[in-house]
Amino acid sequence: MHQQSENLPVSTRQPLLQIENLSKVFHIRQGFSSQEFHAVDNASIVIDSDKPEIFAVVGESGSGKTTLAKMVLGMEAVSAGVLRYKNRVINDISPKEMKTWFYREVQPVFQDPFAAFSPLKRIDSYLFETAANYKMANKKEAPRYINEVLSEVGLTLAEIAGRYPNELSGGQAQRVAIARALITKPSLIVADEPVSMLDASLRMSIVNMFRNLKDHSEVSVIYITHDLATAFYAGDRIAVMLRGWIVEMGPTEQVLGNPLHPYTQNLKNSIPSIRSSDAWNEKIDLAVIETDEYTRTGCKFAGRCPAVMDICHDNIPPSVVHQGRSVKCFLFEDDGAPASQKVATPALG
Amino acid sequence: MGTIIETNNLRAYYITKAYGVERTVKAVDDITLRIQEGEVYGIAGESGCGKSTLLRVLLNAYEPPLTVVGGEVIYHLDGERVDAADMTEEHQRDLRWRTISYIPQGSMHVLNPVRRIRDSFHDFISAHRDVSKSESFELTANYLRDLGLPEKVMASYPHQLSGGMRQRVTIALATILWPKLIFADEPTTALDVVVQRGVIQMLKDVQQKEGSTLILITHDIGVHANLADRIAILYAGKLVEEAATQTILENPRHPYTRFLIESLPSLDSREERLSIPGRPPALDRPPSGCRFHERCPLAMDICKTIEPALIEIAPKHFTACHVVEEELSHASAV
Repeated sequence: MHQQSENLPVSTRQPLLQIENLSKVFHIRQGFSSQEFHAVDNASIVIDSDKPEIFAVVGESGSGKTTLAKMVLGMEAVSAGVLRYKNRVINDISPKEMKTWFYREVQPVFQDPFAAFSPLKRIDSYLFETAANYKMANKKEAPRYINEVLSEVGLTLAEIAGRYPNELSGGQAQRVAIARALITKPSLIVADEPVSMLDASLRMSIVNMFRNLKDHSEVSVIYITHDLATAFYAGDRIAVMLRGWIVEMGPTEQVLGNPLHPYTQNLKNSIPSIRSSDAWNEKIDLAVIETDEYTRTGCKFAGRCPAVMDICHDNIPPSVVHQGRSVKCFLFEDDGAPASQKVATPALG
Repeated sequence: MGTIIETNNLRAYYITKAYGVERTVKAVDDITLRIQEGEVYGIAGESGCGKSTLLRVLLNAYEPPLTVVGGEVIYHLDGERVDAADMTEEHQRDLRWRTISYIPQGSMHVLNPVRRIRDSFHDFISAHRDVSKSESFELTANYLRDLGLPEKVMASYPHQLSGGMRQRVTIALATILWPKLIFADEPTTALDVVVQRGVIQMLKDVQQKEGSTLILITHDIGVHANLADRIAILYAGKLVEEAATQTILENPRHPYTRFLIESLPSLDSREERLSIPGRPPALDRPPSGCRFHERCPLAMDICKTIEPALIEIAPKHFTACHVVEEELSHASAV
């Protein structure tokens, strides 16, 4: 169970969050036969506690990034692997402790702010309730405390007091959702596609806010998105997911500046550029049926990969450390990083 | 190539009456457009700027509370000039899908979940043409092959396909009768980049094959940059700038357009980018004068009271801004 983390060098510092060989298996039933597929397959991520960071997780829809977030948040049962937060295993922590301790430390922000708030409830009541539930401030101090938290997201209590969610713009509602997450003074925020419902002009204001929170409020953020441009803009490190695998992970500037894995390259080349000289020339292949890729025996990208080799069809590539990031592809070899950073080759199958 | 669709001083408002209180939302306010045959015309703007309302009026598919209170929509089809307001129900039905087609927002959910793709195609084709099942299957198979969709799609059920593949099947469905005029409302929103790229490629293929006119509505400037020939920027129900795609991207003049382009993150630099201050105005009480003046860093006194007119500042480059107008008059005075 406690094998060495597959993708990352073992850190000597005390990590904030350790995701070790985490997997989630779903079963699809078709008639009488049942098929297994791994929505998240052996994912390992370490987020350090000494310096807050924004850790971006990118991938196309159906790559397992939301399932990963749900497992970290304790909203989805873990099939295999270990989740550790501040050195405590949280896989099967009691529901009571989940509430009193874990959710004080780790808070979610979801995609659609209007789905997160009841349309029949005043939006400031969520902030007051959270503050009361977690005893962050007594009744008298609550307005001042909430105003303080709202100022971190660029709002004031006067602006939103007594308002219903439909009276706010998407950007404002999302700010309130983030303020609600900040009420408990968490150390980690897990944000699942927090800007994909928002307009381009508001998107940047939310992403800028995450950068501010990291710099000034000591909050780390797991930023899950399919938008590579904002991931590059905000992320310190990035993990690229494909059908449950982390195919490339490392510092954002290296991974997106000079992507190694053919899938990351594919992603990067698909960002619509506003410079016409960068228009796409060659055609790309898309997955026809998602479960086909999930249940592939070899590399999940073999069906679409421009650099596919024979070995890719039947064997699972190991994760190797190459040019300062981990990459899961047969094209690369471990480039002789220090011994402590060597990674174990995972067992096949 | 002539004009295929035009609007003149079009005003479309949502007029609602509840408990004796009348509320008017000016979603499309005084918009004049000329869309040329065979071009890809992009309409960009934030949510709530009136782009979907404009589309509904252009499609002539609207119901109260949306009301056209002024102006007109004119189609030029087969050498005939048709005023949308005068069209009979029958004429409209005849034009729809065959001549004018529409790819709705979130269209990957429109496929019937209990019918195979080929049967959905047959239902659709046989509603407009007298075809046997085998004829429509053949037509579908050929069309999908032309667009580079794999054969096995035909026999699949919608839930078996990936989101991007479903979206492309819907686009194929909407265009299989070779319409002259295609409207696409946010065709790539909610898709990830790789799938988005596939969908854009396909729209391009469809448009180029028959030289159809494509009217593309999306807030994503990156999509416009790769597809549109011309771009119109809408803000709070007004057309604020219109020019060739290249011009909009490289030399935007309206402060709002400049904000839109400059705030786009790219993989070139991680330097801090500014977001547009404030938020779009509510359209039941739009700001006086220029509707952008409250958010505009360059606003002058005149902007608060007098609405700027859309003027041609360079050949085929239109913008509605007092600041730009003043700069130009200074330049010509010198």
